[in-house]
Amino acid sequence: MRTTRTEITEAEIAAARARLPRAFARSSHEQARLWLLSSAAAALTLYCLYRFDFLSWQFIDGSAKFGAVVIAQLFPPHGYEYTPDFLKSMGETIAMAFIGTLLGALLAFPLSFLASRNMMPVRPVQFGTRRFADLLRAFDYLIWALIFVRAIGLGPMAGIMAIAIVETGTFIKLYSEAIENLDRKQMDGIRAAGGNVLHVVRFGVLPQVLPMMLSNTLYMFEHNVRSASILGIVGAGGIGFLLADRLRAYELQEACLIIILVVLTVYAIDYLSRVLRERFIVGRAEPAKISAKPAAP
Amino acid sequence: MNPPDTAVARFEAHYAEHRRRKTASTALFWVVFLACLAVAVITARFDIRILVEGLPRTTDFLERMIPPIALSTFADDVADWYWGFGKWMGSLLNTLLMAYLATVLGTAIGGVLSFFAARNLVKSYAVFWITRRVLEVARTVPDIVWALLFVLAYGIGPLPGVLAITVHTLGAQGKLFAEVNENISPLPLDGIRAAGGNWLHEMRFGVLPQVLPNFLSYTFWRVELNVRSATIVGFVGAGGIGHDLFTAIQLLYFSDAGAILLIVVATIMLIDMISEKYRHRIIGKDSLSH
Repeated sequence: MRTTRTEITEAEIAAARARLPRAFARSSHEQARLWLLSSAAAALTLYCLYRFDFLSWQFIDGSAKFGAVVIAQLFPPHGYEYTPDFLKSMGETIAMAFIGTLLGALLAFPLSFLASRNMMPVRPVQFGTRRFADLLRAFDYLIWALIFVRAIGLGPMAGIMAIAIVETGTFIKLYSEAIENLDRKQMDGIRAAGGNVLHVVRFGVLPQVLPMMLSNTLYMFEHNVRSASILGIVGAGGIGFLLADRLRAYELQEACLIIILVVLTVYAIDYLSRVLRERFIVGRAEPAKISAKPAAP
Repeated sequence: MNPPDTAVARFEAHYAEHRRRKTASTALFWVVFLACLAVAVITARFDIRILVEGLPRTTDFLERMIPPIALSTFADDVADWYWGFGKWMGSLLNTLLMAYLATVLGTAIGGVLSFFAARNLVKSYAVFWITRRVLEVARTVPDIVWALLFVLAYGIGPLPGVLAITVHTLGAQGKLFAEVNENISPLPLDGIRAAGGNWLHEMRFGVLPQVLPNFLSYTFWRVELNVRSATIVGFVGAGGIGHDLFTAIQLLYFSDAGAILLIVVATIMLIDMISEKYRHRIIGKDSLSH
């Protein structure tokens, strides 16, 4: 193919610039705003660096120490003789996540009907339940864990309760959104055929929302295994307790082994849960859309 | 006698077969589920008695977080409750600035790394693979564990907290940004290459304009997450309002704990609202599926 080269003259460029100024450059107003915003952000960043001692010997000394002491001592992982203990703790972590998620789901299921607009005609009750759920979710797992550790004592029960409380909030939100999105026609059909409220829920609502609920629950279980693995840091059971203990005692190689174990378990659970969700929960089950809530995505 | 081979009979047979299979799989599900539950109950030493005894103590704990406030002496009671308001606001400012700095540093580093972690933008598979693994480690290790590690080296204070959140942020941002990078249109890049641009030109003029809105929206979301993280890392000695909260709960200063919790929740909800508003302004609501 032959291409022809067209010369663009300076005059043509000037004409285009005059006609479409914003295609060539930002307007001076925009430019000023952008410049102001970015210099403010840069100034704040500099101030923060100064405030938090990044610009001091402490940072340099600490970095040297971090490289020489922490990183160098983490590897190679060590302490294989404790592996049975670690595995047992990891099992406890998964069990905490499992029971906590389950309790949360069981508590949230009836409440989620109260929180859906199409099921709960009394608006204040619906609104109140939603805000209650927001309140439960607003605190992080670790904050609840801290409270439960003080209230019911050290151990996995505190962790289970922390997960159950946060999950009740999350599931009320997720489940009630699923319920609000359902198709009314099936419910109308059952009502027209003479079904009562229970019939409508059992045959009109559940078949539509259950796949979504199961999928979300499984997804949150996966997420909670991650959360449960750090709850032990404040004494709420699970592998986090051993990890914090080893780190504070400078047993870095054993800590490294624990971290590797946690990471591998998290990957395994992620994989398993994805396979389960894709293979067994058919229907319109979308991957859970939990925006921005708990700790680590 | 054989049943007549009619459509109805065939349907009935199929239906019976379908029902049988369905019942079998449901039964299997419940058996597996109950077995898992039994194992979990034993492993986690789940005890309903602790729960029953603990719940009243927990509600009592929560109730004592809000001291008695009478309508007649409302102002004095609230002032009494928030006796440490100035101190807590100082800690809150620390926490917010920690979150800000960690977001800036983490996003900057993660943003640069994301170009090396996008399969369509780097030629060398080794570079891609190593960057991906680095990002993976940075984000899979929880931020509070990073904080514990950094506290060992840098001592107690906000510095290790900022570093911990930075590392976690760069891992998370790097991965999200890399996915955005991989979804861009290659046509502008071809154009720049044809006009004689080098790799940096391609990134600056071909990739960046396409990905910037998504980057910004993820960053707003990250600010919100990092404020939560900045509160939490205070529990292991990384300063900020989390440290005050931790001390108050550990020492059973109920009303202090309640006052600080209220501050934390109000802040998080406020940031939630602001960031949502800006996110929606930058990018359509539908594109925010993460």
